[in-house]
Amino acid sequence: MRLLGIITLLAWRNLWRNYRRTIIMLAAISIGVWAMIFMTALMRGMVNDMVKDGIEALPGYVQIHHPNFRDDPSVSNLLPQTDAEISAQFSSAKIDAWASRVRVPAVISSEYESRGITLFGVDPLQEQAIDAIGSLVTEGRALQGVSDTGVVIGHKLAEKLDTELGKRIVVMSQDPDNEIADRGYRIVGLFEAGLAAYEETMVFAGKSTVQDMLGIGDRVSEVAVLGTDYRDVDPLLNEIKAITGGGVEVLPWQDLNAYLGSMLGVMDGFVLVWMIVVFLALSFGLVNTLVMAVFERVREIGLMLALGMRPSHILGQIIVESIMLLIIGLVLGNTLAYVSVVPLKGGIDISLVAEGMEMFGAASTLYPALEFRDAVTANVVVLFLGLLASLSPAWRASRYEPIEAITKV
Amino acid sequence: MNMSLRLAWRNLWRQPRRTWLTIGAMVFSNALLVFMISIQFGIYDLMIDNTLQSFTGHMQVQAPGYKEDARIRQSIPNVASLALDLRQELDLETIAARAAAFALASSEERSYGVQIFGVDPDYEPLVSTIPGLVRSGSFLEDNDAAEIVIGQVLARNLRVELGDEITLLGSGRDGSFAAAVLAVVGIFDTGVPDMDRSIAEIPLGHFQNVFAMEGDGHQIVITAPNLDATDALKPRVENFLPKDEGLVVHDWDALQPGLRQAIQADLSSAFFMYGVLVVLVAFSVLNTQLMSVLERTREFGVVMSLGLTPGRLGRIVLLETAFMGLVSVALGALLGGLITMYFGYNGFSYPGMDEMAANFNLPDRFYPQATIATLLLGPTIVFIGAILAAIYPALRLRWLEPVAAMRAA
Repeated sequence: MRLLGIITLLAWRNLWRNYRRTIIMLAAISIGVWAMIFMTALMRGMVNDMVKDGIEALPGYVQIHHPNFRDDPSVSNLLPQTDAEISAQFSSAKIDAWASRVRVPAVISSEYESRGITLFGVDPLQEQAIDAIGSLVTEGRALQGVSDTGVVIGHKLAEKLDTELGKRIVVMSQDPDNEIADRGYRIVGLFEAGLAAYEETMVFAGKSTVQDMLGIGDRVSEVAVLGTDYRDVDPLLNEIKAITGGGVEVLPWQDLNAYLGSMLGVMDGFVLVWMIVVFLALSFGLVNTLVMAVFERVREIGLMLALGMRPSHILGQIIVESIMLLIIGLVLGNTLAYVSVVPLKGGIDISLVAEGMEMFGAASTLYPALEFRDAVTANVVVLFLGLLASLSPAWRASRYEPIEAITKV
Repeated sequence: MNMSLRLAWRNLWRQPRRTWLTIGAMVFSNALLVFMISIQFGIYDLMIDNTLQSFTGHMQVQAPGYKEDARIRQSIPNVASLALDLRQELDLETIAARAAAFALASSEERSYGVQIFGVDPDYEPLVSTIPGLVRSGSFLEDNDAAEIVIGQVLARNLRVELGDEITLLGSGRDGSFAAAVLAVVGIFDTGVPDMDRSIAEIPLGHFQNVFAMEGDGHQIVITAPNLDATDALKPRVENFLPKDEGLVVHDWDALQPGLRQAIQADLSSAFFMYGVLVVLVAFSVLNTQLMSVLERTREFGVVMSLGLTPGRLGRIVLLETAFMGLVSVALGALLGGLITMYFGYNGFSYPGMDEMAANFNLPDRFYPQATIATLLLGPTIVFIGAILAAIYPALRLRWLEPVAAMRAA
């Protein structure tokens, strides 16, 4: 124990014998660590928002469809159960945050223009429970119940259709017999969404009204279920599979939107690659510093060996020196990262490249997400690989031949 | 000067391990930058080319406001003859007229909303890759035939095959009811599900009849011989257009603002990362050079008292750095070039990249190519960073007192 104290003291003093070198190295380590954590926070923030926006549009973490619905999302591929049966299944399983909806491709026409859209027949109360897009009405009112005869459309769609709140539009789709089913609706509300594409293509109406228009009775196209953690949907998925039985397709959001699903994995890989690259750039300097520190002290090390210090203690002393350097650098780097992320909590405005970010599927405000596990990864990478890198100089130092070392000029 | 060069070169190899470690840091960054920049720039070019050549073209003539709202009334009068005149004026064949409208496309069993384009059968293949991607059947041939070419996803969703009929329902330019029955003569497969689902092409002449266009159209698509020729071509097109109709020319940047912004967003995050690498390498150089200057204090004192000026000594220190930098540029470019070549033959891919690539009209394997620019851009910046880092150690020499320096321990 006393030995450890001596080694630590020696290492600490050695570190400050050449304070310039140590300070430069500390600056390099802390900038490296800062860059690792800061960059990761930005990327995480972007991906988190993308996934959140994406899930909101889906919506829900898990959805139930007719097995053919995703390939052919038409009125012919409704769920085999009626809405009442679905309701009974879910209430007996005590799942609250779910919504069943009619979802069909349709054409919407104002007096001047027509557009292709997806028409959702929804129950506004259920939609609120799963935080779906369209429940955020910024102008006019939200839908009131399943038999509301109005529609809620996006701001962008209203612009494109050259229409406005209170005007009438016609929605055209097909019924199960491939006859044209159409109906006039009044625009009662306009909603806003993070991505322009959602605002342009999603139209919401009362569930019963749409069911009447399509002549499909009490049937629906999809059930969306919200869970508690989008990173871990398997328990929810299994529970739902158990209560719905066969004949339907139950899929998590990762499979419903493969792009989003792959994003999380790509991000995890990218974060690690980035951290290792930064570390490698650092490692040359770190090894260099240690090599120099050993080289300058060859005679001194030889003397200590001659006086009876064991080679393993020399090894330990160099490694403790390296650990001290790394830890001080880490503390500085972590602090720097924290201090630089906190003022950005309110979001970074990147609307200058909004349309470009939309191509990535991201919104125009970036909220950095400083995640604990990323900071831990950065620290572990630096500490672990840093120790690994310092092994070679430390090993060489402990292998000196005392006589040769003392007499070295 | 000759002597300075020799002194600098010899000084480097007094501490070969330290020199190699410093060079190693630079070579690592250089090789990484060469590889990353080759991939990035290659992907950007591919992204722009693929996106523009598939449908948008390098520029388009449109009626004012059409780009924002795309309403059927915002049309170009006598679009076919204007396109003909433009072809003669610019002596360029790759110019085609289009008209566009939204319609409900119905087969026997299904109906979907589709964007219908009226295209010139003779010239459309010169400005878009879609005609060349017709996998079964053939592209349109007769300008007035009641024929339609659709994407393979739409064909599957509508459950139609070659020779089947599709009914279009929409509204004409004057707000009248527009309807047509068309035979499917070709099915294309672009590999981009969104396009294959939502676009259909019919002959321009027939389109103008069905949608009561009276000879009008919506776009004249111009593909320049290459991307760089766009800027020179645009004013010529603008000058040629009839002045009284207020027609406008939009280049690709205006037509696809997301494209450049996506590139900018990606570039800025990439430059942040490259910047961090360069800074870390610069610290490594600073450390090495500062150490090498400090350990030579006595020696410098001697040569200065013999009459060597501090300025010349400083130049020697900078020359040492320049030598290291040049060796690193050469080795880094070589190594980076080899890595790039390897992936140029074998293709570069990343798990999850295929889903991301589809968003940007990219293939799922990418073959990077190194050019002079991508080989030298990164290493040059690292070189400059290294020289900047060596300025402080070089300047320190100015304050060196020869007598005191000689006595230094």
